[in-house]
Amino acid sequence: MSDLIAGTTLYGRGEELCGRSVLVMTANQFTTASALIELDGIARRIVICPPDLAAAHLPFVIDTAEVDAIVSDRAMFSFGSPRPLIFCPCSKEIGSRNYERTVQYETEWVLLTSGTTGVPKLVLHTLASLAGAIDTGNHSAEEVVWSTFYDIRRYGGLQILLRAALTGKSLVLTSMQEPTTDFLARAGAHGVTNISGTPSQWRRALMSPAANRINPNYVRLSGEIADQAILNRLRSVYPGARLIHAFASTEAGVAFEVSDGNAGLPAEVIMQTPDVEMKVEEGSLRIRSARTASCYLGANAPAIKDADGFVDTGDMLELKDKRYHFVGRRDGMINVGGLKVHPEEVEAVINRHPEVQSSLVRTRKNPVTGSLVVADVVLRRSPQAAVKLDMREIQDDIVLLCRESLSSYKVPAAINFVPALAVGESGKMIRCNA
Amino acid sequence: MTATIRSEIEAQFIQVAQEQGNRLAPLTDDLALLDSGLDSLCFAIIVARLEGLLGVDPFTLSDDVLFPVTFGDFVRLYENATK
Repeated sequence: MSDLIAGTTLYGRGEELCGRSVLVMTANQFTTASALIELDGIARRIVICPPDLAAAHLPFVIDTAEVDAIVSDRAMFSFGSPRPLIFCPCSKEIGSRNYERTVQYETEWVLLTSGTTGVPKLVLHTLASLAGAIDTGNHSAEEVVWSTFYDIRRYGGLQILLRAALTGKSLVLTSMQEPTTDFLARAGAHGVTNISGTPSQWRRALMSPAANRINPNYVRLSGEIADQAILNRLRSVYPGARLIHAFASTEAGVAFEVSDGNAGLPAEVIMQTPDVEMKVEEGSLRIRSARTASCYLGANAPAIKDADGFVDTGDMLELKDKRYHFVGRRDGMINVGGLKVHPEEVEAVINRHPEVQSSLVRTRKNPVTGSLVVADVVLRRSPQAAVKLDMREIQDDIVLLCRESLSSYKVPAAINFVPALAVGESGKMIRCNA
Repeated sequence: MTATIRSEIEAQFIQVAQEQGNRLAPLTDDLALLDSGLDSLCFAIIVARLEGLLGVDPFTLSDDVLFPVTFGDFVRLYENATK
């Protein structure tokens, strides 16, 4: 980590990027980490490209974030953008720096998150808001080696990169396509002490014969609802570890941590978390703190905060026996293993099928990925008439259509044909929360 | 009955692997699930389909269920849950 902070992976071209809006688009996490560390304080804005950003959305991102430079470890290709761009290659090797690096900007950090129509939303942070939950005074001599199942190009993973970088600790990153078992063995060999992931990533890790190759003393879950089963399982596999499940989102920042090993959160966490104000209004969790994002980029982007500065997370809470439990999303958004699925995006694809009149995409609870996507579909012809059409064939056809235009976790795992969908007084389909 | 559960599970592994375009390793009892060629999404779909077919989801029967590591563990989990 100290080599990274002192050196360069941008072939000493960091100076050229001074004051620019830089899109960091690299094929591996290490080069992203090194570019971020080098560019903070130099670039006016850093835009972090997640690993699964569709090439079709690149021009939108470049335009909206006013990108005028790109750092990448990939060969340059045409973006179809009229904006003049500087292209700066990024190396896996750390070189010695040939320029004086002086901090000149409070760099804006832009993270991408998925929007309802599939077009990404650009969320504006600063290093201060991203690092708000990190105790940077904690440079204890204690041997700490961080790791995460997350990709550091998403909020959850970036938190771990910043924790390691700002407290001067080592970090073991996952590598693309690396089997979980190999990663666990590598993490164990490097003596990882603190490790984070989504409940789904942990479930996968615990299915590995290499789960006992790591011996962490700090295990963190976030990004999805942590149920009692995964908490119990982690407690028994890593009995010596502090077990923390945290709530954070790209927009609302890190809000709270629960350390008692039980699902949900004690009601007093909402009332008494230092530096973070929280309230439950109309059933959903609202958060105000210095860790929230400041806005979405773009001319017609919606507001992130209400007039009082609270971010509505859209996560619905229910109070049972003095403990709050997450029960789903107001907007019906589905969380498949930590990845967001907006029902509207999937419905739009299903509705393109000539036999489909309307569709409702909803969540179904699942013990492996937390949730799965399922679809209720109303056909144009009555089911009796459709029997002759061979329902199975239509089902396969719809799935095929979805596969062609959606990531695999967004494709419905089941298609149910229903006679009608419930429509509310507003004329909109009624979406269930959970 | 036991043979039926195993063959049902095998059929779902094969079917889901095919649907998701994943290459499935030969299904032996000592095959580590993570080496089977299936990802978490595949397992999620298999568990959901098996619940429909067998009427049971052994993962949610209790909060203390052991996660299966091998294909044999996975089959036994269902065999025990349907006893």
